[in-house]
Amino acid sequence: MLKFVTDKDGVKRYLVTLKVNGNEYTKMVKANSLLVNFLRGELDLTGTKKACEQADCGACTVLLDGKPVNSCMILTINADGREITTVEGLASNGKLDILQEKFIEHSAPQCGYCTPGILMSAKALLNRNSHPTEYEVREAIAGNLCRCTGYVNYVKAILDAAENQ
Amino acid sequence: MYLPNFEYFQPDSIEETCQLLSQFGSKAKLMAGGTDVIIKMKKELLAPEILVSIEKIDQLKKIEYVPGKGVVIGSGVIHNDLVYSELLHEKYLSISEAARQMANNQVRNLGTVGGNIGSAVPSADLPPILIALGATVKITGVQGDRTMDLENVFIGPGKTVLTQDEIITEVVIPDQKMTGSNYIKFGLRASGALAVVGVAAAVQVDNNAIKDARIVLGAVSPTPVRAKKAEEFLRDKKISDELLAEAGVIASGECKPITDVRGSAEYRKDMVRVFTRRALRKAIDEGHA
Repeated sequence: MLKFVTDKDGVKRYLVTLKVNGNEYTKMVKANSLLVNFLRGELDLTGTKKACEQADCGACTVLLDGKPVNSCMILTINADGREITTVEGLASNGKLDILQEKFIEHSAPQCGYCTPGILMSAKALLNRNSHPTEYEVREAIAGNLCRCTGYVNYVKAILDAAENQ
Repeated sequence: MYLPNFEYFQPDSIEETCQLLSQFGSKAKLMAGGTDVIIKMKKELLAPEILVSIEKIDQLKKIEYVPGKGVVIGSGVIHNDLVYSELLHEKYLSISEAARQMANNQVRNLGTVGGNIGSAVPSADLPPILIALGATVKITGVQGDRTMDLENVFIGPGKTVLTQDEIITEVVIPDQKMTGSNYIKFGLRASGALAVVGVAAAVQVDNNAIKDARIVLGAVSPTPVRAKKAEEFLRDKKISDELLAEAGVIASGECKPITDVRGSAEYRKDMVRVFTRRALRKAIDEGHA
């Protein structure tokens, strides 16, 4: 059962606990709080980007219980009790994830705005399928639009990361 | 983009969900994956005072085979669970493949079977293949359950027979006489595009002849429609390329497409002709793959 307080204007704020990048956060949020705004505004995790805000571009992709989703389409309250990984959660102990290493090596990012989203889609793919084909890589990042249109090096970098993880 | 204020309920049971929907009436909106409701709220096409989320009802998230009944898919099952379901790979790969064509990976991890049906978008990818396989849906409301053929659920764009307090709880694909099925979609891009045309076909092949066929056309009428004249035409005929081509011509006369940004009515009609032929051929040659 969700706990909430009601302010003098009758607006409810609900108590939610989210595990983000391994840390637990307990916060009061309004029902209309979107996960992408919560991550960026409340937790200062601005690596997750906003662009189309209608589930087309994938800039806001995060992992929710390990699955890539558009955080612009999710109510924070809906993520209560669940695990979220953002791009900030990829590196550990000061060491970049193999995907990040390979993105740099292949000069995959151009302007870089879509990069966090592509990293999260790629991470979810490799977690599920450690040796994807090129087709599977392309399908996995098909929900991430790169307006520099630099998909080729992203695909190469992800395949390279899969081989060397 | 921000959402207006609303109140949120997260019932743990189907009964409680129906009660809440009944209690709040038109003020309330049911939400499953949110990929339709949230976008409509952002675009100010919907402004519910209350959202009732079925996210926490685990009972709705199962895919299982029930002997004597068929494959039962809970309405809360997300598209990617259809894509990766071993049960479906074994029995109806055609359903997995149809689910795979919906939107993109991120949306497939949110959007549910019940939502794809309940939002009644004419170009939805799941209804054609499910109808071709003779699927029924279980609808639950405060008065209890009712079961009906999926093809009778749709009334028009965005409209279904569901009353305010009712939710779709499961989709059942009965054991088949059909030996093959398939869904072919044409979108303007490979990913993230709505269907311009989607055609599903299921066939019962016996001794190189078609015993029975079902053809369902998506995105070319206000609701998914069966091409019943083409189905009738195919019955008890020997399979040949000419036969399938003729069925395509008949099917293209059975839809009422509109012209919009994605394609003209004439183009859609002609694509129905081609896709019907191809979907039939694939269902004949490759079974439910």
